[in-house]
Amino acid sequence: MSLNPGTGLGQMVVPEPDGQPQWLQKIRRHSIQWVAQHGFPGRDDEDWKYTRIGPLLAIPFEPARASLPTSMSFSDLDSLVGNFGGPRLVFVNGFFNPEWSSLTQIPENLLVMALQTRLHQEEESNGRHLFPPPNNAFTALNSALTEDGAYIEVPANLRVTTPIHLVFIADAEADAPALLANPRSVVIAGANSHISLVESYIGLSPRLSLTNAVTELVLEQGAQVEHYTVQNESEAAIHLGLVEVHQQQDSRFYAHVVSLGSSLARHEVRVALAGEGAETQLQGLYMPRGKQHHSHVTTIDHQSPGCTSRELYKGVLEGRSRAVFKGQVIVRQGADRTDASQTNKNLLLSEGAEIDTRPQLEILADDVKCTHGAAVGQLDEDAVFYLRSRGIPDKEARDMLTYAFVTEMLESLALPALRTLLEHSVARQLSRESTGP
Amino acid sequence: MILQIANLHAKVGDKEILRGVNLELPLGQVHAIMGPNGSGKSTLAQVLAGREEYTVNGQVLFDGKDLLSLSAEERAFMGLFLAFQYPVELPGVGNLYFLRTALNSVRKHRGLDELDAVDFLAYAQKRMDLVEMDRSLMSRSVNEGFSGGEKKRNEILQLAILEPKLAILDETDSGLDIDALRAVAKAVNALRSPDRTLLLITHYQRLLDYIVPDQVHVMTEGRIVRTGGKDLALELEQHGYLADAKDHTLPVGGHR
Repeated sequence: MSLNPGTGLGQMVVPEPDGQPQWLQKIRRHSIQWVAQHGFPGRDDEDWKYTRIGPLLAIPFEPARASLPTSMSFSDLDSLVGNFGGPRLVFVNGFFNPEWSSLTQIPENLLVMALQTRLHQEEESNGRHLFPPPNNAFTALNSALTEDGAYIEVPANLRVTTPIHLVFIADAEADAPALLANPRSVVIAGANSHISLVESYIGLSPRLSLTNAVTELVLEQGAQVEHYTVQNESEAAIHLGLVEVHQQQDSRFYAHVVSLGSSLARHEVRVALAGEGAETQLQGLYMPRGKQHHSHVTTIDHQSPGCTSRELYKGVLEGRSRAVFKGQVIVRQGADRTDASQTNKNLLLSEGAEIDTRPQLEILADDVKCTHGAAVGQLDEDAVFYLRSRGIPDKEARDMLTYAFVTEMLESLALPALRTLLEHSVARQLSRESTGP
Repeated sequence: MILQIANLHAKVGDKEILRGVNLELPLGQVHAIMGPNGSGKSTLAQVLAGREEYTVNGQVLFDGKDLLSLSAEERAFMGLFLAFQYPVELPGVGNLYFLRTALNSVRKHRGLDELDAVDFLAYAQKRMDLVEMDRSLMSRSVNEGFSGGEKKRNEILQLAILEPKLAILDETDSGLDIDALRAVAKAVNALRSPDRTLLLITHYQRLLDYIVPDQVHVMTEGRIVRTGGKDLALELEQHGYLADAKDHTLPVGGHR
């Protein structure tokens, strides 16, 4: 079975979904048909037009197979992705790797397992939670091909203080074909439960790869979830990530994403504020350099009254890098007393760098408070001079001011171990020589 | 002489702001430059500190070296310091971290060991007491949300920490109430030393009641037009700069 006529990704031969539960085979076949019918997003697709995926579609990717990492060893893991003291699930090219995972620190009643294990327990898709209908070809591709991912179910009222850590490694030997991995994770936070979750995407292989990740989160009434995504894949990698969030009444979702790696990375967050009084907070930091491209696309759908959304994304661009921020806020009819704010700030450190920032507000209710602001600027030369006049050399002065621009994003991280790790990663990213001309 | 300025010109675009400044400052003295708005006092300070927006001509020797060929940071390494008229706010840069980074950078280039966080704190605390600096300001971002007086104190604290040979104080008195002025003046007086020259730039004689200079220079239209003892400041306060400029302009050509 192939996706559709064409070359590259479109021509990929998709294995038959044998050995899967009947209901899942049906979903997978349907998803392949979806891709064949709708095709991959093109230039006319508002959500994708600023993300250059054209070249990506021409690459003949092959679905990955289960393997052990060759580009790193287990002892590297803590320094690469941090260790938060709780359960850690490691996936290599989308496949669960039990040897590198640690599932010992799991509180009673908390369900943390590989998604495949869970899928084989299910008689039917429990509909709203597993594999909702796709809205684009990459999500459909993920549904069709997903190898594995994490399944986390938090019973009502359980508060888990130690974060659950999901590590996704893109790995390939030097002579391997371009591999495609489709990790998919599902998180169901029961009523009034509280968890925090860290997703780390890494890779050290110089071989081209595509990670096409989907994470679905359902927050039941009064649940609170802190969700951190750190994308630090190799500069040969392409990363596409979707975080799909469904929030019920009075639930609270706090998300942070930090994009450092990949040649082309797109991170999308879609939040449905489906219950009254729900609150969502999205923060993002992207730091493309050289010829990297980082896109961040968010959609916050205020479906119910009295919900709050806060968005702050900051970008630091160097070299000939490109970044996109597209933030859509929809306030549905009847979603009165909506309080939404969105801010996007960008620092351009070189003349060759480019940012597209696009707020998009659709307000269909009357009694709402919506604000948005976008800023693009360079370093303040008065500030640079002030530091130099105190004996701080020009390069150090610029790094210091750039770091100051992003420090707000790091200070707001509630996990000290993650904050320390990211402080180092960010400083390394800043001091790295730009690879672009 | 710690500083020798000869025929210094500075332009921004086509606009000439300094039109042949001549000035000599001996080591260990306190000098003041007074003059009306727009006379070029602050430009002189900025040019000496290494601001790059100006097209500069002339000669400036600092401690015997050609100052104009040096970058701003190299001037700081050599011991030149400017207390800014409008100190810049640096959101996200911690004050204590900034001060330690500056001191260690300067120490490194002066061939001294860098101070670790503990040693630096002890070093800084003595100087904070000297300028009566509120300790809570140290953990905040540099100058962010500081009052006018707090910003000026922070400048003098930097002076005390970096221990320059020549400190230029650009309108350090502006925006200060009388109590803050007294406190800042007290700290500046405590920093007077035979190894340090202070150059005060001010509109008003008031500051010079508290920091008594060895010499006063008058600047108008981009030149030093008159030099005298500390009493010159009083005279200017009574008669104004314009009257003075008409009566006492040095013979420097067709302007005026």
